[in-house]
Amino acid sequence: MTEPLLELRGVNKSFGAVQVLHDVNFKVYPGQVTALVGDNGAGKSTLVKTIAGIYRADSGEFFFEGKPVTIHGPKDAGALGIEVVYQDLALCDNLDIVQNMFLGREAHTAGFLLDELTMEDRARQTLASLSVRTVKSVRQSVSSLSGGQRQTVAIAKAVLWNSRVVLLDEPTAALGVAQTRQVLDLVRRLADNGLGVVLISHNMVDVLEVSDRITALFLGRVAADIKASETNHSQIVELITAGRSGDIGISAATADQSA
Amino acid sequence: MTTEQASPPPGQSLAAADFVNDEASASLGESLRAYRDRLRGGDMGALPAALGLVVLFIVFAALRPDSFTSPLNIANLMTQASAISVLAMGLIPVLLLGEIDLSAGVTGGVAAGFTAVQIDRHGSSWVLAVLIGLAVGAAVGLVVGVLVAKLGIPSFVVTLAFFLGLQGVTLKLIGLGGTIPVRDDVLRAITIKSMPVTMGWIVVIVLLAAYGALLMWRQSRLAAKNLQRPPTSLLLVKFVALAVIMLIATAVLSQNRSRVPTFVIAGIPYAVFVVGALLIFWTFIFGRTGYGRHIYAVGGNTEAARRAGINVDRLKVSAFVICSSMAAISGIITASYDGKVSPGSGGGNVLLYAVGAAVIGGTSLFGGKGLIRDAVIGGLVIATIDNGLGLLNQAAYINYIITGSVLLLAASVDAISRRRRSATGT
Ligand SMILES: Nc1ncnc2c1ncn2[C@@H]1O[C@H](COP(=O)(O)OP(=O)(O)O)[C@@H](O)[C@H]1O
Ligand SMILES: [Mg+2]
Repeated sequence: MTEPLLELRGVNKSFGAVQVLHDVNFKVYPGQVTALVGDNGAGKSTLVKTIAGIYRADSGEFFFEGKPVTIHGPKDAGALGIEVVYQDLALCDNLDIVQNMFLGREAHTAGFLLDELTMEDRARQTLASLSVRTVKSVRQSVSSLSGGQRQTVAIAKAVLWNSRVVLLDEPTAALGVAQTRQVLDLVRRLADNGLGVVLISHNMVDVLEVSDRITALFLGRVAADIKASETNHSQIVELITAGRSGDIGISAATADQSA
Repeated sequence: MTTEQASPPPGQSLAAADFVNDEASASLGESLRAYRDRLRGGDMGALPAALGLVVLFIVFAALRPDSFTSPLNIANLMTQASAISVLAMGLIPVLLLGEIDLSAGVTGGVAAGFTAVQIDRHGSSWVLAVLIGLAVGAAVGLVVGVLVAKLGIPSFVVTLAFFLGLQGVTLKLIGLGGTIPVRDDVLRAITIKSMPVTMGWIVVIVLLAAYGALLMWRQSRLAAKNLQRPPTSLLLVKFVALAVIMLIATAVLSQNRSRVPTFVIAGIPYAVFVVGALLIFWTFIFGRTGYGRHIYAVGGNTEAARRAGINVDRLKVSAFVICSSMAAISGIITASYDGKVSPGSGGGNVLLYAVGAAVIGGTSLFGGKGLIRDAVIGGLVIATIDNGLGLLNQAAYINYIITGSVLLLAASVDAISRRRRSATGT
């Protein structure tokens, strides 16, 4: 098996007295889709935000291409090529599509002048490649977009950059059938291009179809890290709801202790 | 340059047909329809203020035909508006962040106090004195900004405390019942002198020509790359309207407005040029630089800005520093006009006028929405009300009530349009 692109070892994260992540080991492989599944509150979004540098892990190690790295903020994650599509999308309603896509990483001319031409051009190309047919203009304010369009902008923002790892936190939750299809195709396409892709979803059919590996979180612990081809619908559901299934999963004693 | 680091996403070819609804160049009709939709959606921009200004001019001109539209009064009105507009321009970044600075007025008073004292008691040049005033303003903004951004105290509490505290500082500096005269020729000239008529015409025409050339250059660059752009006809209409207004104002101000036949007063007051320079500078900063873009982003969605790697705390501090420094300039303009600084300088309704100017101009109190020019248009509205009511010889209480009502009206328009924006999603 190839070396993981991104690996987390023994990551713990607490909010005050509440420990949300317990000793989490997590691997993302290049060219593969890793599905991150778990019930609401299992800690999926917290794990993603820790990788993105929004939260600082209390303890644990991060490796990128086998080398230890520290991620102190979103800029560090971005520099490594880690991009995130957040569950809440993290868009500024008062800015237009182009401005949102380049937020924090604007292109400049003469060192400090915004290079609107380059940015608009590239935003349009990226959106076109995602087959966004419904947007009236790339200069329309994000507040005027539908849920699906907003989702697409958030995804376009993540794939605009030369990213190595893309994490998508429930990107299809607000989408209709056709758009969900488009996002799943994109997820697959990104992995086929050699990126490490993490997909968070509650739809087990989608997860089984598109992913290569599945990591199941149960109350902040990794219950299983398995190949998608070696598991099935009911086993994942069991892992999500009980933390164990047959001889895989966390021990009954640990599960009780966290509950 | 970021272009090299990034590439189009992998996969599909970039077929232009995939993007059928994205029209780069709209016709005039389409633009007007889009504008009407924006208005319906609650995004009115500076339209209410511009219409309000026209109505106010008509009303006051009808009630006081001999005095209101006289060149002397128009020059006076513009000078009055300049201090309000400068203070309001400083408030815009703070308002864009969804914060408020209630101490900006008295910060101007303190800063002007230090400037006046420096000249009057220490015999400094006006340059040094103004720099000291600016430094005092910047220092106040720095402390306010750090308390708001790092300690997390709500800005209205911090600045309310400064509103009281700084008045004490001015009082200590000047002494109870005292005033410090401002006699420096250069400082006085800002508000009581005008640019020579020929020179004024040249500056106005050069500015207009430069602006027109800039618009054309930008339009041709956008067209060359077939990027999103307004119809050229719309740009032309807007430019002609601006040119007509500026040329008429210049013509009015170029007339002799002296009340004694032995000497001539004519030309554009220097204070107008101070406002114009600051307007151009800050419009550029907030419209064309990454810094400005980030201020809007923080006002629109602070968490999204933070996740984009933007240093939110530093931006907040910088906005308060800009606000207080602009307050210092405003305070110095007021001192120039009054010819003195007194313990009450910058107190009273000064701050309320400036907040009113920004909000009337179309800047939202909820953050994320507003333009520097709002401060200038709103400042003119406030100054016109103040000036017109003064000419009507109304009792002072009417003035307070009317100005308060106008501010409340503007804030209501802001709140209602915000609700419409979230309801219609435009
Ligand atoms: N910023 C926070 N402060 C305190 N608790 C949090 C915070 N973010 C998440 N949590 C808690 O952490 C747990 C995991 O949340 P989350 O990562 O959002 O779960 P998931 O995405 O798997 O549904 C929840 O119990 C949630 O209440
Ligand atoms: Mg979540």
